[in-house]
Amino acid sequence: MTRQASVLQAGLLTTVQDLGRSGWRHLGVAHAGALDPAQAQLANRLAGNAGDAAVLEITLRGPTLHFDAPVRIALTGATVSAKFEGTLVPMGRPVELPAGTLELGALRGGARAWLAVDGGFDVPMVLGSRSTDLRGGFGGVAGRALRAGDTLALGETVVPANATSLRSVPWWIDLHHDTDPHAPIRYQPVPQAASLCSQVWRVSPSSNRQGLRLQGEALPAPAAAGVSEPVAPGTIQLPPDGQPIVLLADAQTVGGYPRLGHVIAADLPRLAQCTPGQRLHFEACDAATARRLACAAQARVARIQWMIDTRLASV
Amino acid sequence: MTPSRPACDIEALADDAWLLRFGDTLDPALNAHVHALAARIRSRAPHWLRDLVPAFASLGVFFDPASSPDRVRVELEGIVESMEAVATTAGDRLVEIPVIYGGECGPDLESAAQELGMAAAQLAARHAAGEYTVAMIGFAPGFPYLSGLDPELALPRLATPRARVAAGSVAIGGAQTGIYPRESPGGWRILGRTPRVLFDPEQNPPTLLQPGDRVRFVAIDSAAVAQELA
Repeated sequence: MTRQASVLQAGLLTTVQDLGRSGWRHLGVAHAGALDPAQAQLANRLAGNAGDAAVLEITLRGPTLHFDAPVRIALTGATVSAKFEGTLVPMGRPVELPAGTLELGALRGGARAWLAVDGGFDVPMVLGSRSTDLRGGFGGVAGRALRAGDTLALGETVVPANATSLRSVPWWIDLHHDTDPHAPIRYQPVPQAASLCSQVWRVSPSSNRQGLRLQGEALPAPAAAGVSEPVAPGTIQLPPDGQPIVLLADAQTVGGYPRLGHVIAADLPRLAQCTPGQRLHFEACDAATARRLACAAQARVARIQWMIDTRLASV
Repeated sequence: MTPSRPACDIEALADDAWLLRFGDTLDPALNAHVHALAARIRSRAPHWLRDLVPAFASLGVFFDPASSPDRVRVELEGIVESMEAVATTAGDRLVEIPVIYGGECGPDLESAAQELGMAAAQLAARHAAGEYTVAMIGFAPGFPYLSGLDPELALPRLATPRARVAAGSVAIGGAQTGIYPRESPGGWRILGRTPRVLFDPEQNPPTLLQPGDRVRFVAIDSAAVAQELA
């Protein structure tokens, strides 16, 4: 029998995401996927899944879900207040739950968290991914954020959870990167572009999965752009109002605004955690540094995954 | 005269993407070169290739982040240099798109015609007489930017974009024409609507049009639509 999660409350913006779509950008299809793929992968590994299973991405305030059968869950990302039938649920580790209600509340210290369930959230695969494309209106649950009343089927699991009460393990993974949260966001500038480094920016409340909008003293209006060119998650655009936009996972595939450069891959996950009003500053960085930092981040995730696999094997 | 191969600048678009730029204008020759280069790269199927984004005069190349960006760049430079100049006749696939011009389907046809100093029927006929090329797909999944619009039919975008443009709306924005695949906000001037589905994520490929395709519009009336849908 298929296990199900019923959505009692949807949270602010909860979407089904996996590691995103590749191979369709030439047709205007965005990459989408979890804003911090490493955290989504780690949540999956803790829940006993392959890294690319579908998880829920939670924004600022989480959903309330009722599971009709035992599950093994894991929460990663920003600290989220989580209760199962009144008992606190710890993050960053596998937690087995019997059937019942999981209440996810407000997030602290960041804007996004990820919830994995053993077997994954079994929504249909669309163009090679289960990720929700909010702008395109497909993928995930009907191409939109969760609503109260939705039910999500859970996939088949290798080792079924059979807890009769909340059961967790005495170890956890450190979810919070050891970098200083106030450290600058590093980006590779385009030659001759206006610099982002001269001021502290504020994150606009109108930011979303498509782009992080920055507010500050307007940068000089660039010469009118030529024609639209490809853009990518991380691309920093400068619209005529002089307030930059950093594109995120739901970035459109082409854009007409002048580009200032791109945020390096290693710092993109930090943008997922920016809350409205938060201050941000930038620092220019070269390709070699970007590469070194990306490799270090990958190695760190690989180490944690290895640790998880070792621990889970001995449970 | 043999056209020469356009010069190509390569710059980083992301840690896992290169941007190959041939220019920054709506030049059909450059656009044809972009599509030819995209086809060449695709046919070689390099193991690192994740995505190609052909745009008007540039090409985005997304690669596996685990591969070396420098090696990818060297390989791309080799492919760029192996390209001869391409004739401006781009794709060999011709797609005919039926359109109901005017009325409820084309709320801007009358005012646009007035602005251009011609009758509505004349604007529709001239729009349908053109042969277009899918210069780029973007903005939204399956939204084709079509080059080849009669320059006399160029129209400024609406000062205030509409909150709702119906799916299938055929419109002019500046010197281009395009089709809205899905109901969305939009500022282009709507001349008509096609009953064809431009984007269906359940299909493979999910779009009616591919970059580089040639396109013709065929004027139809509502009765023909009924037939089309039957």
